[in-house]
Amino acid sequence: MHGPACAEAGEPMSDLPGSGTGFRDNWRIASARDEIESVLQQVMVLLGGHDWDETSIFAVRLALEEGLSNAMRHGNSGDPHRLIQLELSGDHDGLLAVIEDEGPGYDPDSVPDPTADENLTVASGRGLALIRAFMTEVTVVEPGNRLEIRYARPAT
Amino acid sequence: MSNHAAMLQINDHEGLIEARLMMDAIVDEANIQSMDRELKGLIDGREKPMVVINFGNVRHLSSSALGTLISFNSAVQDRDGQLRLAEINETILEVFKITKLDRIFVIEETAQDARASLR
Repeated sequence: MHGPACAEAGEPMSDLPGSGTGFRDNWRIASARDEIESVLQQVMVLLGGHDWDETSIFAVRLALEEGLSNAMRHGNSGDPHRLIQLELSGDHDGLLAVIEDEGPGYDPDSVPDPTADENLTVASGRGLALIRAFMTEVTVVEPGNRLEIRYARPAT
Repeated sequence: MSNHAAMLQINDHEGLIEARLMMDAIVDEANIQSMDRELKGLIDGREKPMVVINFGNVRHLSSSALGTLISFNSAVQDRDGQLRLAEINETILEVFKITKLDRIFVIEETAQDARASLR
């Protein structure tokens, strides 16, 4: 469902920059790779339809890819019967994405820093770091199975 | 010699292997596993392999794909070989810089530069 932004006071949309026609959508995604890919494609089309440039779309795709993959693999332990909820709202200038899985959650501070010298050759553990690097604001909400991502597009 | 595989297009010339990634998005787990198999197959039984991975087609890359590249880099080094990454676009290069992986990979701007650095 795409329609005009209708953020009410206190809702996430209210602190997004800019105005104009917005979008608001949500998906319940089975923990399966092809399901995630299908949703990512829909999101890319959605952002492209709101005149997002390639760099901003790349950043959001990367963040959602990593967030949804973490939710599938770690949160839902790869169980295709467990769902991932993705809520997306935004407009031409930015978006808020909320990813929630059915797992018990985790403590993000327990993830070793992948950029530390001793971890540079470790093959995994970069997902959250990439999300944080490319997005404007990232919050892991306790107990740790809900990720809130805010992205404000750079001024052009 | 040249052949075409699912994930990589290989050019193996005078002991220097150039593997061109053929997908524009390396995010799918099945594709990443194929890439892992194909890359490791390139250096199977070789001593001191010299490999260039050409990213010219790649527009998206996940952390899982980075993990595969890290493992491959280790496998090349275990054989006293050398690996170069080349033709990486600006946004993907940013991923390497943010993760500080530009410190463990040798990244050249063009495939030609990468080949020259191995000769």
